[in-house]
Amino acid sequence: MLKLPIYLDNNATTPMDPRVLETMTPYFLEHFGNAASRNHPFGWEAEEAIDYAREQVAKLIGADPKEIIFTSGATEADNLAIKGVYEMYASKGNHIITATTEHKAVLDTCKHIEKIGGEVTYLTVKPDGLIDLEALEAAIKPTTILIAIMYANNEIGTVMPIKEISAIARKHGVLVFTDGTQAVGKIPVDVNKDGIDLMAFTAHKMYGPKGVGALYVRRKNPRVKVTAQMDGGGHERGMRSGTLNVPGIVGFGKACELCQLEMEADTKRISILRDKLETELLKLEEAYVNGSREHRLPHVANISFKHVEGEGLLMGFNKNIALSSGSACTSASLEPSYVLKALGLGDDLAHSSLRFGLGRFTTEEQIDYTIKAISETVLKLREMSPLWEMYKEGIDLSTIEWAAH
Amino acid sequence: MAYSDKVIDHYQHPKNVGTLDKSSKNVGTGLVGAPECGDVMRLQIEVDGTTGMITDAKFKTFGCGSAIASSSLATEWLKGKSVDDALKIDNMDIVEELNLPPVKIHCSVLAEDAIKAAINDYRVKNGMEAIKFEESVIH
Repeated sequence: MLKLPIYLDNNATTPMDPRVLETMTPYFLEHFGNAASRNHPFGWEAEEAIDYAREQVAKLIGADPKEIIFTSGATEADNLAIKGVYEMYASKGNHIITATTEHKAVLDTCKHIEKIGGEVTYLTVKPDGLIDLEALEAAIKPTTILIAIMYANNEIGTVMPIKEISAIARKHGVLVFTDGTQAVGKIPVDVNKDGIDLMAFTAHKMYGPKGVGALYVRRKNPRVKVTAQMDGGGHERGMRSGTLNVPGIVGFGKACELCQLEMEADTKRISILRDKLETELLKLEEAYVNGSREHRLPHVANISFKHVEGEGLLMGFNKNIALSSGSACTSASLEPSYVLKALGLGDDLAHSSLRFGLGRFTTEEQIDYTIKAISETVLKLREMSPLWEMYKEGIDLSTIEWAAH
Repeated sequence: MAYSDKVIDHYQHPKNVGTLDKSSKNVGTGLVGAPECGDVMRLQIEVDGTTGMITDAKFKTFGCGSAIASSSLATEWLKGKSVDDALKIDNMDIVEELNLPPVKIHCSVLAEDAIKAAINDYRVKNGMEAIKFEESVIH
């Protein structure tokens, strides 16, 4: 029996894997110690658990455990990486290169850097969402200290050419920071093969708990350092003070281990479901995939259904299917997704998009239900759409003078 | 954000979806909004020239649930009203009837604008002067 509602918003957060929760529970109760308590068994147990989790996390990304700095999540790790590098390398320069499709945690941190005197270049992306490597290299100056480009995009799933980006950065002696939030645990990420110097990622996007993430900071070739952004007890090799979230970190470790073990099988199964969903929905007229289909996370699809507004579309089934829309009709600004606009999509197509994020617990039955529900709603709303009627009459909508509102 | 039951009902069972013959002298058409803003409403009225009564009203809307509900409700209210009374429909009446939250008030403004645009279209077609409306306060 199909259980409703169906969850297809795994880019926002993933459900916890019950196996993760199971490993966490004892660390709330009998093993409640502070990992920094060096002189009694409660502290030792906690520290041992942290060490083990640190190994599990490091292993997933091919890092050394000493290179993992635990944080409260990816937003904190993004902040620590960018602000920390900016402060630490101030004598070398003050220029950072990023892209317009980054997550707000990166973009707003870069805005902050500009406010305190730094210089930031925001690269535009190509229509498929990928960075233009030539433009990237051309943007590097003698004062450039950091390139901050995400591994994979949260809205369209586009996977950036991180290896190529880091090769360019190496050539110019610039550090590479990547926000790996959507990619780590879903596709193979190896900090050495990929040439990454710093990487943010988080547990709750990979079936772990919320409130815990990590910043990978390279220790060798080159040795990278970041200035701490919080003052305190000097935890995490002085880079991030604050009592460690022991149960959360234990869960993060387990989540990483499971992702590593099951990635191949999960990816195979989920990408078949994603492809089925996409193929069926593209059978509707005037439906388009946003972003590169070739360089893309295996569980993500972002599709625009022309002449139907995204929020109105969601309303047709959002009691039963959890999804995100690229339309921001709920916000006062009415601005649609800046990521979709950065691809060069018109506002009309950006307003008409849905983001599908499949996951470990998505079933074929759920996908079949979703295909049917969305197809029916699109058809119903098009019957109601003046734009669809005009399109069907052969009227070029761009020639109409809209009474801008 | 939770929608009110009335918005959901109009969304699921919209009243008077459709198209009237826009070339007919008795039909006034108002097309407001813009695709870039995520809202386009087309509202049409059919007027009995001798009585000045609105005999039919139809809409088509590209937009969120509140925009669809606002235009659906507007067509319900328009039918059977005189053109003069139709002009008195205020966007806040729609807000109240549908319990629209503040971020959705623009949907009701759009519906009011669509009514006025349809009436003016009808007036101009029939040799009357278009009424000059003050700019809506909330945009």
